[in-house]
Amino acid sequence: MSNLHDLYQEILLEHNNKPRNFRKLDDANRQADGYNPLCGDQITLYLKVEDDVIADVSFQGVGCAISRASASMLTQCVKGQTLNKAEEIFGGFHSLITEPDADVDYDLLGDLEMLSGVSAFPTRIKCAVLAWHTLNAAIEGTENSVTTE
Amino acid sequence: MTASVNSFNVTRIREDFPILKETVNGKPLVYLDNAATSQKPQAVIDALVNYYMTENSNVHRGVHTLSQKATDAYEGAREKVRQFINAEHDKEIIFVRGTTEGINLVAQTYGRTHIGAGDEIIVTAMEHHSNIVPWQMLCEEKGAHLKVIPINDDGELLLDEYEKLLSPRTKLVSIVHQSNALGTINPVEQVIELAHSRGIPVLLDGAQAVAHVPIDVTSLGCDFYAFSGHKLYGPTGVGVLYGRAELLDAMPPYQGGGEMIRSVSFEKTLYNVIPNKFEAGTQNIAGSIGLGVAIDYVNSVGMNNIAAYENELLAYGTERLSEIEPVRLIGTARHKGSILSFVMDTAHPHDVGTILDAEGIAVRTGHHCAQPLMDRYGVPATIRASLAFYNTKEEIDTLVKGIDRVIEVFSR
Repeated sequence: MSNLHDLYQEILLEHNNKPRNFRKLDDANRQADGYNPLCGDQITLYLKVEDDVIADVSFQGVGCAISRASASMLTQCVKGQTLNKAEEIFGGFHSLITEPDADVDYDLLGDLEMLSGVSAFPTRIKCAVLAWHTLNAAIEGTENSVTTE
Repeated sequence: MTASVNSFNVTRIREDFPILKETVNGKPLVYLDNAATSQKPQAVIDALVNYYMTENSNVHRGVHTLSQKATDAYEGAREKVRQFINAEHDKEIIFVRGTTEGINLVAQTYGRTHIGAGDEIIVTAMEHHSNIVPWQMLCEEKGAHLKVIPINDDGELLLDEYEKLLSPRTKLVSIVHQSNALGTINPVEQVIELAHSRGIPVLLDGAQAVAHVPIDVTSLGCDFYAFSGHKLYGPTGVGVLYGRAELLDAMPPYQGGGEMIRSVSFEKTLYNVIPNKFEAGTQNIAGSIGLGVAIDYVNSVGMNNIAAYENELLAYGTERLSEIEPVRLIGTARHKGSILSFVMDTAHPHDVGTILDAEGIAVRTGHHCAQPLMDRYGVPATIRASLAFYNTKEEIDTLVKGIDRVIEVFSR
């Protein structure tokens, strides 16, 4: 039961209820679609990249609380960061939710630390990383939508 | 736990299913995912073990004693299936991997010989992907068209719309007997009658219905009926395609190989008679025998008793879930099987599934391989509790408490 509380922390629920940067970005110069076919989560991520820096970022879509909160926190976390830094944050976040004893730089992750409870729920890791894989696809300019499968 | 209708003793029945004693996340398992797969009684588990310990051998190929034993057990299982669905002949029972393979077999053999450019195949809006995609593949190959019978908001077929879809180009009607996502039991007698009056054959996808409704293919008059063993308390990897002998005889083989031939030379191969013509290669012998034992088991409980008890559970579950305000049931047909599909205003199905799992409750969350149906209802996914005759009203109470827990977690 404590695991459940660790998973659904108030800040996660708050991001789910009021996701940040939840809109279409009209002046986006990169975007990608992500899809989790197992649960129907679907996300579109918009990026405005200037000189290798994420000047603005937003998302739209439908999904569970974990995928929405993760996407919302992602937008907060990577805005203003260089592409390399964003990749580094994803690496740290991935370790956080997949390796229980990972040595993670929490300063880098901000609110994302609140998603650490996902590590106790292996079936939900895909929900938490969907937005991040979509971010990678947007950065790389991949034509096809990404899926978690 | 309370016993119920017709001297039906659920406490005693639960003793037959060893897995029901398991705990999950420290809680007693409440298994409500029977539409995905059912649990297995000890008799079926024993049958698999006994087969491999005392009878394992290949069928139809040896003069030795063990081979004869295995053949007798395998063909005995075919006869049990025949009786269970009341087919006229043993040879009309083809063992396949499951419902999906049964439908693909018909699409690739009957379909490819009888359906051509401009022809039409009719399905319903509530089909599982396994009764959509094989026909789409065929349509793409042949230039044929898929037509879809619409449903009302309760999840019931619109029969007058169906009648309008029937045309001289209609070559096959392939519909689900009981919907896996809604629970709707379709009026298949009327569907068949309307098709047959125009000379159109009908395939029924019985994946769900076979475990909940007594099936009589002779009285239904359907041309094909497909189902899976694992949803009928049998092993995975085995299922049945019933086909009328006259149709099966005329159909080309599905796969080539051993068993399905009468004689082979490099110049000319003669095919075997049915059912062997459609059973190329070594079949799932143990699984087929296990399915026969599963049929013995449900017969010992009685399909009518099972249906009556499950209806009682369904009525109770419908009443309890309807009392919960954020819960909206999807699939409220007058005639339905024991499936409770729902969504919640406050929480996404995936989150509901995780919280229920923490309480030991197994439900399915997702699109249930019926994405067009989810689109029809404008939801990405649902939570589905599917009940079997070993479930109890107490377990439905546990589900309701689990849903209360979801509401609590998400109202913080």
